[in-house]
Amino acid sequence: MSRKVPLFRLSVLVFGFAFLYVPILSLIVYSFNKSRLVTVWAGFSTEWYGRLFENQQILGAAWLSLKIAAINATGAVILGTLAGLALARFGQFRGRTILSSMTTAPLVMPEVITGLSLLLLFVAMEQIIGWPAGRGVTTITIAHMTFTMAYVTVIVQSRLATMDDSLEEAAMDLGARPAKVFFLITLPIIAPALLSGWLLAFTISLDDLVIASFVAGPGSSTLPMVIFSKVRLGVSPDINALASIMVLLVAIGVVIAGILMSRQEKTRQRDMQMAIAENQ
Amino acid sequence: MASGARNDGRFEPWKAPGAEPYIRIDRVTKKFGDFMAVNDVSLKIYKKELFCLLGGSGCGKTTLLRMLAGFEEPTAGKIFIDGVDMAGIPPYERPVNMMFQSYALFPHMTVEQNVAFGLHQDKVPKSEIRQRVTEMLDMVKLGQFGKRKPHQLSGGQRQRVALARALVKRPKLLLLDEPLGALDKKLREHTQFELVNLQEQLGVTFVVVTHDQEEAMTLSTRIGVMNAGEIVQVGTPSEIYEYPNSKFVAEFIGSVNMFEGRLIEDEPGHVRIHCPDLDGNVYVDHGVSSPPGAVVFAAVRPEKIVLSRDKPASADNMAHGIVKEIAYMGDMSTYLVRLDSGKMARVTQPNTWRHADDRITWEEPVYLNWHPSSPVVVSE
Amino acid sequence: MTGRAESPTSQRLSTGVQLILRVLHHFAPHRWTHARLLKWGVTGRTLVIAVPYLWLLLFFLVPFIIVLKIAFSETQIAMPPYQPLVHWVGDKAVNLTLNFGNFLFLLEDNLYWKAFLNSLKVAGISTFFCLLIGYPMAYAIARADSTKRNVLLMMVILPFWTSFLLRVYAWIGILKNNGLINNFLLWTGVIDQPIVMLQTDFAIYVGIVYSYLPFMILPLYSNLEKMDLTLLEAAQDLGCGPFKAFMKITLPLSMPGILAGSMLVFIPAVGEFVIPTLLGGPESLMIGKVLWTEFFNNRDWPVASAVAIALLIFLVVPIVYFQRVQARETGGGVHR
Repeated sequence: MSRKVPLFRLSVLVFGFAFLYVPILSLIVYSFNKSRLVTVWAGFSTEWYGRLFENQQILGAAWLSLKIAAINATGAVILGTLAGLALARFGQFRGRTILSSMTTAPLVMPEVITGLSLLLLFVAMEQIIGWPAGRGVTTITIAHMTFTMAYVTVIVQSRLATMDDSLEEAAMDLGARPAKVFFLITLPIIAPALLSGWLLAFTISLDDLVIASFVAGPGSSTLPMVIFSKVRLGVSPDINALASIMVLLVAIGVVIAGILMSRQEKTRQRDMQMAIAENQ
Repeated sequence: MASGARNDGRFEPWKAPGAEPYIRIDRVTKKFGDFMAVNDVSLKIYKKELFCLLGGSGCGKTTLLRMLAGFEEPTAGKIFIDGVDMAGIPPYERPVNMMFQSYALFPHMTVEQNVAFGLHQDKVPKSEIRQRVTEMLDMVKLGQFGKRKPHQLSGGQRQRVALARALVKRPKLLLLDEPLGALDKKLREHTQFELVNLQEQLGVTFVVVTHDQEEAMTLSTRIGVMNAGEIVQVGTPSEIYEYPNSKFVAEFIGSVNMFEGRLIEDEPGHVRIHCPDLDGNVYVDHGVSSPPGAVVFAAVRPEKIVLSRDKPASADNMAHGIVKEIAYMGDMSTYLVRLDSGKMARVTQPNTWRHADDRITWEEPVYLNWHPSSPVVVSE
Repeated sequence: MTGRAESPTSQRLSTGVQLILRVLHHFAPHRWTHARLLKWGVTGRTLVIAVPYLWLLLFFLVPFIIVLKIAFSETQIAMPPYQPLVHWVGDKAVNLTLNFGNFLFLLEDNLYWKAFLNSLKVAGISTFFCLLIGYPMAYAIARADSTKRNVLLMMVILPFWTSFLLRVYAWIGILKNNGLINNFLLWTGVIDQPIVMLQTDFAIYVGIVYSYLPFMILPLYSNLEKMDLTLLEAAQDLGCGPFKAFMKITLPLSMPGILAGSMLVFIPAVGEFVIPTLLGGPESLMIGKVLWTEFFNNRDWPVASAVAIALLIFLVVPIVYFQRVQARETGGGVHR
């Protein structure tokens, strides 16, 4: 086998990643453009970043979105873990098929349908039981939890499927009751999966426009809703600045995670080699 | 094949009249859907025994073990441990511990934390936990590894942590699922003896599941051979090997030549079987209990057959054939001989001499014969 | 996306979690609630199932029933803007008025038919191009060195973590008349008039392919990566050329990945709203956009509901199919 990457595969990757990254890079480049016209270059400037941080509407919406995303992610992880646990560990129980359908359907359900149906539910609930009174943060959070828990469920379920279930049996055999087994063994072992589920639920919530638009009330505009109302009217340079900041934050997070992961992998490899070497 | 040195008449509680079995498995059946995993099994295991459940994959041995541990409930039948009915008692309340095939060491805990886990569940005082964990780790020679995580240990060390973790709770009964399966051959032989020593030292009853007959032979006081969810024979290793009660057991344990035939003479002191594949009849110097004329099998172990160029004196227990294959294995050689009837027979002969110029060789006509005590008569 | 459990940092994390939980465990009121719940016949197991089950029942399944109900009711100018289906007539009699008008309206008005068909067409073509770009990429990543593989995979996922809305927005700047592409082409002299790309179906295709590409690549990758490469060696050993080996071995074996990826792109793309709104023209009809307009602009909740129901009927087959694939991929979770 030759060590050289075949030309075909190389060009596929170059083309593919160019397609994925050129638009993002163009956003960043134009965010430093002096001109209001965004795509007509008129010299370097950081003016739009200053403008962005003066825009109370965007800042307020961003803060609201972060709050909703954090609450949502926490709730989604709890619900998704329970559902994943039930689906992966409880064998056949009554209603299993319905539960598993209800947890996978939101993954592909068009957002307009989810949004509309939840709004109609909230309206009906308000009429009948008087809760939730009006629409706003609560209704957005409930709506987001409902469809992001599906992602968490899938992550938890597939993590549990690859986890050796004799670990749990061993703990039970050593005298731990089922609840204790979950908290002392299962939860610590799947914690990294829960963390990535939390991050995913957080990002999806932060990103959602359509469902939030349906179930939001007056005065509860999330960041995507504010962005949407602005970009609908065409390009605007402070949105480019906002996009650049978001990309930067994500990139920093990913790089840090990558460094941590590769360092861990190295320690792990070293430990294993040590154990093998010692044994000889 | 090493047959257990411990079985020569010293420790045989199953022969003692009126001895109470420690574990009583009473007509236990387990079904998964339509699949019959364990079929009407009854078994008595005595205190301080090292009992092996031996069988191929899917024979139900692991399911039986998991029912003892409490991970599966029997579909029918009862299990008693130390006289207590185990029905409805969950695994965490049974006086039983298990060593898992994968070892199931908790990856997020150190060796010490792993071993201490069970004691913490029993609310044992802190100081006692520390003392017992140290003691146990010393016993399995892992004293200096207490602070390591499982992934920092070699396979053999992990196996010993798993053993220590299961034994530290001083269970009345230890269940071991393929305890040596994940180790390489050298380490396995060494660990076998350590396991037996530890068991004798602590006086714990062991039930071991294995598919490896050699392992079962070396370890156990008694073996229960399983096939298709049923126990086919229970006995000491030498009983199982020398007196298999069925064609299945004879063929499963070691290798054997099966000669099909008809019972023509059935006296209390001897039987004679007519086998079309052999030149003479098979004469066995002990009685069997089958009706005359019944179709039976005479099972003869390869190492119990003698090869010779000269025609043997007796007309019974002999056959004539041609050597077709010879496999040299160092301590002995295996000969495949095609009998005149066309049937292939397997014969092993020890290589007693280093240089033997007149050794029997390929395509040579030979005579096979064996002693009247060698054949075992089994039915289908 | 799921991490490895045994690595040191995750262990440190786990130990932290464990500590917190141990503390919680000692102070939690579970000791008495446990006994109390058991008296009612409620076990931990039932609770684990019941909580997510009831949540999804209330917030996922019941809403569809309400949508169905409203789709059959009549518009009225009030809040909420629809009439109840069930009237109490006298003491005991119930009068149920089912109004099929909304559905008839959908059938009669060409606009809805066209929007549905156009949505299916756009989603279908976009899915095809996603596959065309995504398959070679997934293949190239799956066959890369194991050290590079994770970096490449991370690079596929990375855009997914940045705002979807902003990534669609980026294309406005690229496609518009004085945007990146036109400026470049004018500058090189290939064209002397800007090409109109924004507010066309082309822009919608680009937007959907771009946004949904990771959803195509990821399932394909996890399928291709699992494949036993000795199968290909065996095929070549038996006289198959590399291309033929790909067609006869790799492609058929990657079918589950292709199907899962295609469903993940196709189903949401049919109901897509943001991309046609931002990149498409005013006349580009997509059903998600129509539903949005009926609801927000025309405030016609019953018609919007009828559109939603009709869309669901279109999508029920692919959704159920997707669930089958998904259940198989996660192993169904039933052991023994």
